[in-house]
Amino acid sequence: MQPILEVRNLTKVFHRGSLLARDRIVAVDSVSFAMQRGEVFTLAGESGCGKTTTARMILGFEQPTSGEIIYEKNQERWHPKIWFSQRIQAVFQNPFETFNPLRKVEGYLFETVRNYGLARSRAEAVELINAKLEAVGLNYGEVEGRYPSEFSGGQLQRISIARSLLVDPALLIADEPVSMVDASIRMSIVNLFRRLRDELNMGILYITHDLATAYYLGGQIAVMFRGNIMEMGPAQEVLINPRHPYTQLLRESIPEADPDRKWQGRISIAETEQEEYLRTGCKFAGRCPQVMDICKKQVPDLVDVEGVQVKCHLYAEQKSVREEVS
Amino acid sequence: MKPSDVVLRTENLKAHYVLDVPGGQKVVRAVDGVELQIRRNEIYGIAGESGCGKSTLMKTLYAWVNRPLRLVEGSVFYSKDGQEFDVYALNKQELRRLRWTFMAYVPQGAMSIFNPVIKIKETYRDFLSSHLRGKTVEEMFEMAKEHIEQLGLPVSILEAYPHQLSGGMRQRVAIALAALLRPSVIFADEPTTALDVVVQRGVVQLLKDIQERLHNTIILVTHDMGIHANVTDRLCIMYAGRIIEEAATVEIFKNPLHPYTQFLINSLPQFGDTGERVSAPGQPPSLANLPSGCAFHPRCPQAMPICRERRPEDTKLGEHRVACWLHAERGEAEYAANS
Repeated sequence: MQPILEVRNLTKVFHRGSLLARDRIVAVDSVSFAMQRGEVFTLAGESGCGKTTTARMILGFEQPTSGEIIYEKNQERWHPKIWFSQRIQAVFQNPFETFNPLRKVEGYLFETVRNYGLARSRAEAVELINAKLEAVGLNYGEVEGRYPSEFSGGQLQRISIARSLLVDPALLIADEPVSMVDASIRMSIVNLFRRLRDELNMGILYITHDLATAYYLGGQIAVMFRGNIMEMGPAQEVLINPRHPYTQLLRESIPEADPDRKWQGRISIAETEQEEYLRTGCKFAGRCPQVMDICKKQVPDLVDVEGVQVKCHLYAEQKSVREEVS
Repeated sequence: MKPSDVVLRTENLKAHYVLDVPGGQKVVRAVDGVELQIRRNEIYGIAGESGCGKSTLMKTLYAWVNRPLRLVEGSVFYSKDGQEFDVYALNKQELRRLRWTFMAYVPQGAMSIFNPVIKIKETYRDFLSSHLRGKTVEEMFEMAKEHIEQLGLPVSILEAYPHQLSGGMRQRVAIALAALLRPSVIFADEPTTALDVVVQRGVVQLLKDIQERLHNTIILVTHDMGIHANVTDRLCIMYAGRIIEEAATVEIFKNPLHPYTQFLINSLPQFGDTGERVSAPGQPPSLANLPSGCAFHPRCPQAMPICRERRPEDTKLGEHRVACWLHAERGEAEYAANS
């Protein structure tokens, strides 16, 4: 099947510091993955792992330093903007920042209808908007004439999703969509993604640090750390049997809502992020409990272990994915 | 519970934000009748979603009430050296002497409390010199160093400027600073929010270390039920300015009684289970305009006629208490008899 989105060796380098002492920070380091329609693909990782930079490059907000982003039918990066935004829509982290507080929420919905010429009359527009709001569990009557301050974060996030549904996109990019939403209504948004995937056959690129919801959504997952994909494969396999020591640490660090399963053992934390970005060899070597000499010198290859790709020297005897391809 | 075990208790505590708005006053009932008893040598958790009043409760307990927040009713009693006193009856001097030596407060976003232009050790010196008399600068640095070492943090941070440390490290230094004078009660407001999962675990590890070392009381406010399951001994759930349920943490997770607590716990996704999770319907209420009766009734799938009319009082089932008509059969029967 033709992937709806494919990313090949995507790299983004940021420079920081003065002209004389410049640090080169590789925020995204040759990341490759592909996703299908009707599938949730999760990019997971902690802050500073490069997941949002990857999303920004896919959305065209940031120019990649190198690498390719291929949307369906091999359309290159220079696609017409209207084609792009009809196929790909985004939902962002903070629903309170998405909407102008002085403007009625319905204005955003009508503006999208007008921009894409989706309706010929106002009545038709209202009908379309109402249908999309119903898909997210609201209706036009609840939204009409109201300002953003009259809604809760969860409602605004759902309105934001309804707006992106107006153009019937094939791919929805959701950047930390539930991290600002209260725990008691968080699952209503995650369940909505499940429905969009199953009923509308949409592809959803779900960017999150919350591995529990990633597990719940299923599909594929790529765990990122300091710009690299450390482990990639089916979400339920990766999160139940993490193979990379970093995924294992991440998985163990999630506080489970079960007093019988408390954290065991102790962990160490990097003092600064910069030292990890500038590390040669495996970026995780400084904190890895199973570190070997080779890890500090040489970057490991992404290797295939029982259907899961792992970037770790512990699995070096397995066949490299790169060799397999060539 | 023996009375001598109690380090902090409240009686019908009410603290409201009173705001002047055109045409009158707007009253936000952030803390609306809270009864609490917190023991020595325990980690007590306060859970609830944003806007339920948990941070305001924390400030009120710490006697940090500034306008527009007002203490409307009730009192907060601490017990120190076998004597109980009302914290709102103290004058400013007495209150100042208690702060940091008897009770300490780690506010939300504590990682940004440091002065950015001085080294961490200078912050320690400032802190010590304003609370201890008759120490030389060297003695103070020595104390700071020893304290940092005991808590397992790297001593090199004392020579660093705040911006050189990661957010998680700054947060831990802020918590370590609060524990420096060995207070009997430490309040920590959302200490793990906005931190990465691995760093969260480091912060929780530090809080546990402090509690084990000092055998004191830590009161932990967070909306993250996973953190509560991991560290707290007892837990209360707050909704719309009131405590709706309180029990030992294990009991809350095993046997939640209030429908809201049930939603809160059952909606959490668990590894190894992809079954449908449902969150509570509707939205949390505005504290300026609370629903009648039980504040949860508009969202409650088990709401009864009485829930709309009368607010449920606490029902005590041993150490477990819950404010819900479903568990107050006696109250319901009385209501039916009178109407």
